[in-house]
Amino acid sequence: MAFVSSGYNPKKPMENRITDIGPRKYDEFYPPVIAKNKGKWKYHEILEPGVLVHVSETGDEVFTVRVGGARLMSVTHIREICEIADKHCDGHLRFTTRNNIEFMVDSKDKVEPLKKDLASRKFDGGSFKFPVGGTGAGITNIVHTQGWIHCHTPATDASGTVKATMDVLYDDFSKMRLPAQLRVSMACCLNMCGAVHCSDIAILGYHRKPPMLDHEYLDKMCEIPLAIAACPTAAIKPAKVEIAGGEKIKSVAVKNERCMYCGNCYTMCPSMPLADTEGDGIVLMVGGKVSNRVSNPMFSKVVVSFLPNDMPRWPEMTDTIKRIVEAYAAGANKYERVGEWAERIGWERFFEKCELEFTHHLIDDFRDAAYYTWRQTTNFKF
Amino acid sequence: MAKHETPLLDQLESGPWPSFVSDLKQEAEARAKNERNIEYQIPVDAVDDLLGVLELSFKHGRTHWKHGGIVGVFGYGGGVIGRYCDQPDNFPGVAHFHTMRVNHPAGKYYTTEYLKQLCDLWDFRGSGITNMHGSTGDIIFLGTTTPQLEEIFYELTHNLNQDLGGSGSNLRTPSDCIGSSRCEWACFDTQAICHFMTKEFQDELHRPAFPYKFKFKFDGCPNCCVASIARADISFIGTWRDDIRIDQDAVQGYIAGDYPPNGGAHADGNWGAFDINKEVVNICPTGCMSMQDGKLEIDNKECTRCMHCINVMPRALRPGTDTGLSMLVGAKAPILDGAQMGSLLVPFVEVNPDNDYEAIIEVIEALWDWWMEEGKNRERLGELIKRQGFQKMLDMTGIKPMPQHVQEPRTNPYIFWKEDEVPGGFNADITEFRKHHLR
Repeated sequence: MAFVSSGYNPKKPMENRITDIGPRKYDEFYPPVIAKNKGKWKYHEILEPGVLVHVSETGDEVFTVRVGGARLMSVTHIREICEIADKHCDGHLRFTTRNNIEFMVDSKDKVEPLKKDLASRKFDGGSFKFPVGGTGAGITNIVHTQGWIHCHTPATDASGTVKATMDVLYDDFSKMRLPAQLRVSMACCLNMCGAVHCSDIAILGYHRKPPMLDHEYLDKMCEIPLAIAACPTAAIKPAKVEIAGGEKIKSVAVKNERCMYCGNCYTMCPSMPLADTEGDGIVLMVGGKVSNRVSNPMFSKVVVSFLPNDMPRWPEMTDTIKRIVEAYAAGANKYERVGEWAERIGWERFFEKCELEFTHHLIDDFRDAAYYTWRQTTNFKF
Repeated sequence: MAKHETPLLDQLESGPWPSFVSDLKQEAEARAKNERNIEYQIPVDAVDDLLGVLELSFKHGRTHWKHGGIVGVFGYGGGVIGRYCDQPDNFPGVAHFHTMRVNHPAGKYYTTEYLKQLCDLWDFRGSGITNMHGSTGDIIFLGTTTPQLEEIFYELTHNLNQDLGGSGSNLRTPSDCIGSSRCEWACFDTQAICHFMTKEFQDELHRPAFPYKFKFKFDGCPNCCVASIARADISFIGTWRDDIRIDQDAVQGYIAGDYPPNGGAHADGNWGAFDINKEVVNICPTGCMSMQDGKLEIDNKECTRCMHCINVMPRALRPGTDTGLSMLVGAKAPILDGAQMGSLLVPFVEVNPDNDYEAIIEVIEALWDWWMEEGKNRERLGELIKRQGFQKMLDMTGIKPMPQHVQEPRTNPYIFWKEDEVPGGFNADITEFRKHHLR
């Protein structure tokens, strides 16, 4: 493994340096049919799950075959995607905001061979490499975060929970039988890099124990004021601590009852880890949306306060999600999103229909906004 | 033969959904075989060790990655995230395993030629593992060593004409929906403005000068496919001011059952025949639609452009042609002070590439001036608006208050009057007062 230089000279970092050039320009990558018809599209239709046609004012059509992908992807897999695009799509493709891959062709007769090719490709372990679906009133790919594959604060795994969930929801990825689209999202800790707070169903990794304190190293490894400032609930204060041998050193103390286990202190201070096998697990949130369609965008609500991490397939979590999806499919009106359905029937009825237990954890007690979530009317259901 | 036993991960290879475990295994094998004769610049067994450390996390229920450390490329304060394994002796291939964020092209279209160039570079100088794409939108290169960072950056900029994305207290890589490139509903060219803003604000993107992260997201219409309204400090959402375009013949086509409602999105449900009153007119949240003598009428002045009717009958209804965008500000995920949805600041602004989006840039810069002056460390724009008040934001941006800014007027009369709004100011003369009011 000999070091191969790119041409970069570490002694003169500014020599021939190119910076601030930004990304490649989008239109370099447009397929010809897109470049020609941009801004001229008239309407679209989903021909079957995973297959769309967009029709232009010019009479041109573009057929899109959408396939799911694990967003964690090897270069071997990407090269296979390229091979497919070279074979069927003249070397063009795109990714969606929900980690799907879209192969586009400019005539209908190219769709079937492409679909056949995609369906024929499986991993050695048996799973599809390129499942077609994710359109219309069904469940599309789950947007998610890193989890245990690459992050320092996760309370659960991302790729694993997503794989387990999508296996269980697979029928609804490849069908369109639901009342409306149902967006599932996953974030592996409270920081929500995946911004799951406005999803129909959100899987959220969650810690339940305050940080441990590595007193002996804390002041050496951390800027104590930064750790204190990082805490959103002011639960951390400076402290003098006596360590083994009687030496008194500077450290911090945590007021446990104020901690909401967000891990912000750990981000600032590696001597305050909070990962814990029994403490960590999953929260499920429900009923958010970002679209302005019919009702305003909504935040997701916490409906399951905790499920344990049960590797490798989190069966309690996937069972609960499946139950929510089925109750929604059976009860909601056409076009109604999960949150709109829950609001129409009332949350008390939602818990009943989904067979979920209501516990004190689900009543908001965080700052002013909490008050607005309590019931201030005699209108409720028994 | 795999380097590490992975009995738990192996159970994630079955089932229909693409298995990331199978993919990691195929990459580990490809590196071991090295049929391309690559002179790997980071350990050949990096992916084996990645599987090994992930298996250990599945066993322990805890992560084995340590936070950061300051790594990056010269002159940039973002785009690279340091990562180290906390079991380096057992998994030396991933002992140092930093992330690089590569700024994706707007719209996420690619040619295979370009993707293969990225793959070649990442095979050679990194783990060969990516995220396509990260949550913000970047292409994520997952795992390389510190000495490779400058080399990768040099190759990206010199050979691929490609820059890194944002991280830390920077402008984060802006992202957009598919826009007018392949969607009939886009009210502006999302790709053009997303690319322009990314180029315009390269300094803000690469060099941390902000109190915290800052996100731009561009949605072509109120359907919000990139979730800007929930995630972006400034969300740019396409809208229109004139009338929804109606093709009455196509309306009849839907009524007759010639076209599937909602673009065929409900094909597998048992919903019965399409009923325009039940599915469109009566669901309209403003009640501005009616059927008169078999014709669909829309009272456009009362329409709030929610997109429902257009979504249901894409062949019959289209957004108007006097288009622009609304700017909403302050959306964010819950950390630190609870989640916030974007709040409407600019109901309508023209989207004019010919004057470099002057009217939009003016608002952005006014907001940044305020936030950079007054924002506390790790305070998002939305939190500053809450702390100092919506009125303060109006002052700082010179935007006039209007009823569109609120869901409803305030329910308390605790108005903080400004001194110059009250005749005579705040220094009333007590001596004068006492002449008429005895102590």
